[in-house]
Amino acid sequence: MSEVTMNVWRGDSNGGNFEQYKLERVEGEVVLDVVHRIQATLAPDLACRWNCKAGKCGSCSAEIDGKPSLMCMTRMDTLPNDTITITPMKTFPIIKDLVTDVSFNYVMARQIPPFTPGDPEPDGTYRMQQVDIDRAQEFHKCIECFLCQDVCHVIRDHEVNKLYYAGPRFFVRLASLEMHPLDTVDRRALMREYLGLGFCNITKCCTEVCPEHIKITDNAIIPLKERVVDASYDPIAWLGRKIRRKSKTTAEEAYELAPARVAPTSLDGIPATAVEN
Amino acid sequence: MTVVESDITSQTFDVLIIGAGGAGLRAAIETRSRGLSTAVVCKSLFGKAHTVMAEGGIAASLGNVYPEDGWKVHFRDTVRGGKMLNNWRMAQLHAQEAPDRVLELEAWGALFDRTDDGRIHQRDFGGHKYARLAHVGDRTGLEMIRTLQYKATSMGIEVFMECKILRLLTDSSGNICGAIGYWRPSGDLILFKAKAVILATGGIGKSWKYTSNSWESTGDGHALAFQAGADMIDMECVQFHPTGMVWPLSVRGLLVTEGVRGDGGVLRNSENQRFMFNYIPEMFRAETADTEEEADRWYTDHSTARRTPDLLPRDEVARAINSEVKAGRGSPHGGVFLDISTRLTPDEIKRKLPSMYAQFLELAGVDITKQPMEVGPTCHYMMGGVRVNADTEAATVPGIFAAGEVAGGMHGANRLGGNSLSDLVVFGRRAGMGAADYAESFSGEPEPDMKQALEAANEAMRPFSQENGESPYTLQADLQDCMQNLVGIIRTETELRQALDKISELKDRLGRMAVNGGKEYNPGWNLATDLPSMLSVSEMVTMGALERKESRGGHTRNDFPGPDPELGKVNFVQRMRDDQHVIQPEPLLEMPDELKALFEDEH
Repeated sequence: MSEVTMNVWRGDSNGGNFEQYKLERVEGEVVLDVVHRIQATLAPDLACRWNCKAGKCGSCSAEIDGKPSLMCMTRMDTLPNDTITITPMKTFPIIKDLVTDVSFNYVMARQIPPFTPGDPEPDGTYRMQQVDIDRAQEFHKCIECFLCQDVCHVIRDHEVNKLYYAGPRFFVRLASLEMHPLDTVDRRALMREYLGLGFCNITKCCTEVCPEHIKITDNAIIPLKERVVDASYDPIAWLGRKIRRKSKTTAEEAYELAPARVAPTSLDGIPATAVEN
Repeated sequence: MTVVESDITSQTFDVLIIGAGGAGLRAAIETRSRGLSTAVVCKSLFGKAHTVMAEGGIAASLGNVYPEDGWKVHFRDTVRGGKMLNNWRMAQLHAQEAPDRVLELEAWGALFDRTDDGRIHQRDFGGHKYARLAHVGDRTGLEMIRTLQYKATSMGIEVFMECKILRLLTDSSGNICGAIGYWRPSGDLILFKAKAVILATGGIGKSWKYTSNSWESTGDGHALAFQAGADMIDMECVQFHPTGMVWPLSVRGLLVTEGVRGDGGVLRNSENQRFMFNYIPEMFRAETADTEEEADRWYTDHSTARRTPDLLPRDEVARAINSEVKAGRGSPHGGVFLDISTRLTPDEIKRKLPSMYAQFLELAGVDITKQPMEVGPTCHYMMGGVRVNADTEAATVPGIFAAGEVAGGMHGANRLGGNSLSDLVVFGRRAGMGAADYAESFSGEPEPDMKQALEAANEAMRPFSQENGESPYTLQADLQDCMQNLVGIIRTETELRQALDKISELKDRLGRMAVNGGKEYNPGWNLATDLPSMLSVSEMVTMGALERKESRGGHTRNDFPGPDPELGKVNFVQRMRDDQHVIQPEPLLEMPDELKALFEDEH
């Protein structure tokens, strides 16, 4: 049996360094198995998150040889080198070792106005055709591993943007609501003015790392951008609204429907607490 | 380091819910909608609970595919599947209310697969007479948790993530009114004061070596309730799911959804025989196909053909696979073959079973559109648990409510596939209502006993001050070997007695555990605090298995291979009394005559 060297980042918010662990290779293992063997035999206090070990829960996100990946779905025999480097997700603050503080995502989740269905059929249930929900079902595959958030340069390289940018995960969430046949809320102005949809310049890095193979950029973000543009700049839609005296939902109105909003005036880093509506 | 009162911060709520899976979240939605302050505590991140792993679907007699389905048929299937050991009232409420709960999920945004006329599609599953499982491909649990998660978020429910509860606490009159725990990121202690506590902690599978369960399934709720003096029932009834992955070793035990068989997958042994035809039990003979031709026809024609034996209840299929492997007719890695590639086209497989396709391709290098899977039994589900009032989910100790896998009675001796997700939402809601009623009638403020909190906290911290002790990982591995080898799918008295001795030895070793590093996000220490629960439930399972001298559902005794009609009338109840662990048979609730009549056509 050959040996493998795992180069694992150890440390906390005050800093850290790489520790090397040498282990035997075992057939069929994934990176998470090796991390577990390190915990069981060499470093019981090595921190990492995991749950299902089957690519279904999205807990064990990390950067393996620099690529944001799920540790449970990365087979050791797909990695070419005999030294493998594992680092925590860069975009989020470190808690310890491979564990990061992903609360940014939970703060963002609360800023999205929830699903609000229209009236059901007379029998009290809803009807939807499969063809009409295929696209939204693609978005519902999201396991919230936050790898797309991690890789997105808008927040990976520019901490301050976290105030103004929901990130790919929540564009997928917004797209799933926008394309849900039963939903009635208009979130377009909110996306444009507060959730930073325009910041995305469609480099498709998020799509590349998505373990669920959701076509985030092509199927979620670009259609959202088109809808926002239609709502904001289409002269015919503008004229239609004037004639029918029907205004689209403003960003402020949409925010009122959300469970919480981050105070938009705060510029001192990431607000720790959301302002409850 | 000795913990003192000033080391502990505290927070007060009307209702504390332990567990953020389907049951916990559904309960929280109920208590919050009643205007009660509600805290949900979970060991992992919000949205990662084990519910996410549920694949095949949620059982409810909507009648969208077979209009002749109804709650009575679902009730009858559930109780026969549970080998008549079920709490009839729970099974009744479950069958009656599941359709409303599924429709409620849809109204909250869930997108189930559709029928041609635009309603919720339903798929066939083991033990269900009609196609009854509402589903989203093979990732129904993910859909459910995400729907409940965002519903809870929209209601402003507070979720305390990565928080481990160590002990439930009583007030001076002995009612449960809070809990002590710690934050996993910081290791800091937290005391929750609450008028009512709902346990929604899920299962116990992590005590076995090969399990479909995640690290969280350490039986915390079972252990907390038992320690608090609550009655526990049917702890011997553990379900081994017939189809877990067997290779590579690193994923051994990982679930392969029953939906594979529901959608036409067949089981074969190494001699290419569809062996399930040799294992049809008397109870199901009249309704099960006895030729391959009839079984194949059933997939498209439920009216003139009887169902395939591949879809017998899980206990039957798991035992059959076990027997085939023991008889030397297993697959190369010690399972049997499960093949869907001969029935569905590659496109259909990728559409209906997308995560199974990805799981085998990415983890085992097997393309299930071309090749059979290798599968074998894996520890999957705990039927037993906290004894509750069927209508309110109140445990026998005031202040404790329980819902989902941690509660016992609903599934009897064996759970049907798809009945777990429906259990979560039906009884999660009812636990929320029960706890809300209880909290609203609670007079004064919850005042948990600080002495108990300090005792639990100091016990949890002990491994830090232990010199040259044992690693918690070694203890865990020893426990898993013990349960896997001695308290597995087929049990005998000698092995169960050996297991009890081993568990007692492991309990002694608990006190000698040592951990290194600090208390901030320290998995070794976290495991050390999970081990007491794991040992406690292992002991309960083993004691229950020793006492139930018969085979019934998920509990199979080699030395008592058949069912004993007398034992079919009792639950084995375990409880702590005067610091003694006692176990005794107590009669089941008597089913009313109109429900009994549903079973009278069989002999």
